[in-house]
Amino acid sequence: MNSEVLNTLYIQTQGVYLRLEGDTLRIEHEDVTLRNVPLHHLGGLALFGNVLVSPYLLHRCAQDGLEVTWFSESGRFQGRLAGPVSGNVLLRQAQYRALDNPSSSLYLAQRFVEGKLKNARLVLQRAVRERGETEALALALYEHEAALRQLPQARSLDEVRGLEGGAASAYFAAFGDLLLSGEFRFDGRNKRPPRDPVNALLSFVYALLTTQCTAALEGVGLDPQAGFLHALRPGRHALALDLLEEFRAWWADRLALSLLNRKQLAPEHFEVRPGGAVLLNEEGRKAVIVAFQTRRLETVQHPLFKEPVPVGLLPHIQARLLARYLRGDLPQYLPFVGR
Amino acid sequence: MDELDDIFPEIVPAPSQPQEPLPLSALAQYTYCPRRAALILLEGEWEDNEFTLRGTRAHENVDIPQGLLREGVWVERALPLWSERLGLTGRADVVEFVEGVPYPVEYKVSKRWPRELARKAAEVQLCAQALCLEEMFGQSVMEGALFSKSSQRRRVVQFTPELRAATLATISALRKLLQQERLPPPAADERCKHCSLLGVCMPEVPQALRAWRNQQWS
Repeated sequence: MNSEVLNTLYIQTQGVYLRLEGDTLRIEHEDVTLRNVPLHHLGGLALFGNVLVSPYLLHRCAQDGLEVTWFSESGRFQGRLAGPVSGNVLLRQAQYRALDNPSSSLYLAQRFVEGKLKNARLVLQRAVRERGETEALALALYEHEAALRQLPQARSLDEVRGLEGGAASAYFAAFGDLLLSGEFRFDGRNKRPPRDPVNALLSFVYALLTTQCTAALEGVGLDPQAGFLHALRPGRHALALDLLEEFRAWWADRLALSLLNRKQLAPEHFEVRPGGAVLLNEEGRKAVIVAFQTRRLETVQHPLFKEPVPVGLLPHIQARLLARYLRGDLPQYLPFVGR
Repeated sequence: MDELDDIFPEIVPAPSQPQEPLPLSALAQYTYCPRRAALILLEGEWEDNEFTLRGTRAHENVDIPQGLLREGVWVERALPLWSERLGLTGRADVVEFVEGVPYPVEYKVSKRWPRELARKAAEVQLCAQALCLEEMFGQSVMEGALFSKSSQRRRVVQFTPELRAATLATISALRKLLQQERLPPPAADERCKHCSLLGVCMPEVPQALRAWRNQQWS
């Protein structure tokens, strides 16, 4: 499962060996050459888990300013190759400049919210198609349409956050109607700690996805803490949370719903503590992680690319598009919107 | 609790204001040293709330010493606690339920801290746990205990109006600390001797810098 997106080679096959052969990168697995890629084609390497790289290839990457980034097999950021000179400082400078500039901050916050609203609308529309309209679903769809119309006119971050908040509360008011199994109920979002199984599941999937978004931003050299939509707070990965907004409904909520509706999760996967906190137990966490990893490997169509891309690479693609926008290389940032 | 709202109206947050919950453990850190609390929160313990909820499960394996188990007492370990009213979240090491009444037991923070301060810090943290338990179970929680691992002994703590007031004051001070961007000044006293953050904090440097400057002028 290796793919090339935006000149970055993503290696996810375990036990692969990468080496330098002239001006070519050779991908080997158990002494068989899988592929040869001319180095001048590449802007970077993203390596997941047990991928070996020859020292000479690493030297060459450092010399040529090719980004090499290591992730765990499940996608957590581990580290990055720092060559003699790197463009990262300019990228981070551009990121902080955009953060200081009210109009570019507003622009990016609008894009993240646009992605969130459009993807949430998809989830709601699908539910209406599949099992009919309920009052809450109709209201939530109406709120999303209204927010999407008003979003381009928003003049401040607070206005953008207000539109997002209004749509989100209508969304969660309707979310219970998306549950098919009578075993679970949903009466609104709560967290820290979650107080019912559905909220426990949502918190866990959001946490998994947040690490993916953080890793993707780290991977392209962006500061995951310097976000535009989310307020800056020490230790908070505000930009990762910004990026997460594009994927919450389309990836996390749909995954949670299908686990519940297909009865892959049952009440015995949850632990209810005295006082009312609810957590996934070990079996439950295992089931969610397996489903999450499976989803990462499925491919989908990205609106900007002809080739289907693995779902797990979507945050990486969005991070790279964001970096390109911030460096002035792209005139727009396009949030990911599924189908 | 209601009487206290009248005494300290200014430090009870308005319920309409949604706010990020404070980690209970930070209250003890703040009582010990505000700068230490600031360093810890700035270094990322803060962000992990959602993750630590499952991560801190390791805590559940804390063995309960024999002396702690008593007849007719239901014991919960690593119990998630929260208060919507005060904006708190965290876990209790142990909560005993004595005839249905929650009774928090906190393992003593660190035997290396100066004794008096460590006691104060642990009491504030324990009292904050009691405030959460009162809200979660709708019952008055008047008493809890601190347990010292080294001596295998427990000391009863009464949640007096004074301790409750001190706890509420600590919550609001911690909230203020997180809103300001500067670190509080270093303690530069006996507390620093055993502080794990000594290297990051550099408590002696401001003093040394002053001395150096004076030397340059003279």
